[in-house]
Amino acid sequence: MSDKLNNFIKNLDVSAAKFQQMAAERLGNLDFPTTKDEYWKYTRLGKLTKLELSKSADPDRLNLTKHIISNDYLVVVNGFIREDLSQYSKLDFEIDFLGSDRMSEEAYFDKGLNKKDVFSSMNSAFFEKVISIKIGASKINEGPLQIIYVSKGDHIISNTRLYIESGKSSQSEIIQTFIEKESTNSFTNHVTEVYVSENAHLRINKAQLEDDTNSLITTEQIHQEKNSVFKINTVTLSGALVRNNINIAVAGQNCETHMNGAIVTKNNETIDNHTFVDHRVSNCVSHENYKYVLGGKSTGVFNGRVVVQKDAQVINAYQKNDNILLSDFAKINSKPELEIYADDVKCSHGSTTGQLDEDAIFYLQTRGIAEDNAKKLLVRAFVGEVIESFENEHFEKYINTQLELIHGWKN
Amino acid sequence: MSKTLLDIKNLHAEIEEEGKAILKGLNLTVKAGEVHAIMGPNGAGKSTLASVVSGKDGYEVTDGTVEMDGADILELDPDERAKEGLFLAFQYPVEIPGVSNINFLRTALNEIKEYRQEEPISAKDFMAMVREKSALVDLDAKLASRSVNEGFSGGEKKRNEIFQMAMLEPKVAILDETDSGLDIDALRIVAAGVNKLKNENNAVILITHYQRLLDYIVPDFVHVLADGQIVKTGDKSLALELEEKGYDWLN
Ligand SMILES: Nc1ncnc2c1ncn2[C@@H]1O[C@H](COP(=O)(O)OP(=O)(O)OP(=O)(O)O)[C@@H](O)[C@H]1O
Ligand SMILES: [Mg+2]
Repeated sequence: MSDKLNNFIKNLDVSAAKFQQMAAERLGNLDFPTTKDEYWKYTRLGKLTKLELSKSADPDRLNLTKHIISNDYLVVVNGFIREDLSQYSKLDFEIDFLGSDRMSEEAYFDKGLNKKDVFSSMNSAFFEKVISIKIGASKINEGPLQIIYVSKGDHIISNTRLYIESGKSSQSEIIQTFIEKESTNSFTNHVTEVYVSENAHLRINKAQLEDDTNSLITTEQIHQEKNSVFKINTVTLSGALVRNNINIAVAGQNCETHMNGAIVTKNNETIDNHTFVDHRVSNCVSHENYKYVLGGKSTGVFNGRVVVQKDAQVINAYQKNDNILLSDFAKINSKPELEIYADDVKCSHGSTTGQLDEDAIFYLQTRGIAEDNAKKLLVRAFVGEVIESFENEHFEKYINTQLELIHGWKN
Repeated sequence: MSKTLLDIKNLHAEIEEEGKAILKGLNLTVKAGEVHAIMGPNGAGKSTLASVVSGKDGYEVTDGTVEMDGADILELDPDERAKEGLFLAFQYPVEIPGVSNINFLRTALNEIKEYRQEEPISAKDFMAMVREKSALVDLDAKLASRSVNEGFSGGEKKRNEIFQMAMLEPKVAILDETDSGLDIDALRIVAAGVNKLKNENNAVILITHYQRLLDYIVPDFVHVLADGQIVKTGDKSLALELEEKGYDWLN
């Protein structure tokens, strides 16, 4: 193990469980990626990896009222599941908190993850308990299940793990909110694994609202069976370094896959979204739409990889990444990566980067709207397309409130 | 005597980037209750005048003054000028995808009210106002709630401008070629709308190329703007004369 990595995890203990021991062993042969690494070209980990971090099970009661947007919610503080702060019925979702021994019995657990990836391996070695959510076959859940991940305190590391299996012909929504309470210089390393069964519909709405000194890396490994619809919306409004790795294996025919992102920054944030859709079979559609609004000295990275395998015919894959730079010092690196090995395929991708339309700002001003507010209206309109795709009024309202709190936007 | 709402004295303005002078000593005094028409050849500086008065970036005022209601407005931002009661109906209204017409108007109206230290308008009163004012210019209620000007026909855009004017009730409205692009019926409707909004406390400046508009909105004064100056001022008969003879005879 490199000194850097060794130092990074030195305050963490591995449990006796075989699964975690093996992951720790694997970690011993890995190192942090550098900008020489193709998928980390634009994102430097130096600041994060130099942090001296430790675990901390915080026992405090927390007032999370303004973050709760669902009747059923689970609270995780610094990587520890807090049943005392959670509230849920087991009628809609089968919810369990399981150790790695028990999870290893699950057919799909840990299967899709890249064993050479340092962050998901670290997660496997050090997570406390897995939140396992199963949605029964044909179960139609009206209300979503929300998971609130809280960072609390300074120099804390949290390894959080979520496992979702949506049963045949089920329909559900999961909300994930990543927030902080008096937290600085902390790091959350999150892994979500999702198995979407035949004919199931699953939507994940994610809000990432970390402190601007905190970092968050998520790895999302999704497997779709035939006739399923999977949608994941990611909203990032703050954080020192936020990196989302979404990997979707579309393994059954007639699937729909949607990925949307709205990123709004104003300081020094680095927000990096790497998505990967692997079309392994025919007759599927994937849609991707990411919008960045970058202010201050922030950096955005978008890498959208789409692979259409050799015999995967009649695939429609659309990808769009539009960006607005609000300052001369903000920058965006946007890269589509299409690898098409089949011939009956419709793929399109487009990326635009620009400033706000000066004529539109002036027009709004002549109606009595101050320049700042005019800009906010335009930016709000720009990300509106993504906000509409949440399909959840409460989540939308929550995001609007956070936009006002964090970025001073009015609605 | 009625009070002066807009007073432009010896206005010189140039394009910032090129240093090209467009307005070259323009004078115009508009009093409450008056309608002024400004005519003049293409490229004379009519739209530039509207832009400079409403505070658009990219123009530098090198000399002269512009006062509204007795106060200098040249240092104010465009939105502050609007809050003081200025309105500009654009020759080319801007399309703003994703921003709903009525949402932004409500934001505007409430921002103006806050500036004037008035209570914000309730959702109910606002909707009633939208209904009343869109009827005034026969603007389809559906258009009122769509994105600002997006996909509107040329004529619909112009009607939307007057609808916004009706919602904001300005003291001084500059209508830049609101008549161009309107069919004959629409012209009549829009003109009737403007006439209804007109009263002894406000004023309207019509920039137009066509005498026809002035049959419907009768001006108290007709000015000819040529090469950055008002070169001639008359009553409505001047418009007829211009229609007949063009602009050449003025030189
Ligand atoms: N932003 C600008 N950059 C460069 N030139 C400009 C700009 N704005 C105006 N001009 C020039 O200033 C002159 C006056 O233009 P303006 O639009 O004011 O004319 P106008 O009288 O409104 O004409 P029209 O009747 O065709 O609408 C024109 O020569 C025009 O090209
Ligand atoms: Mg013009």
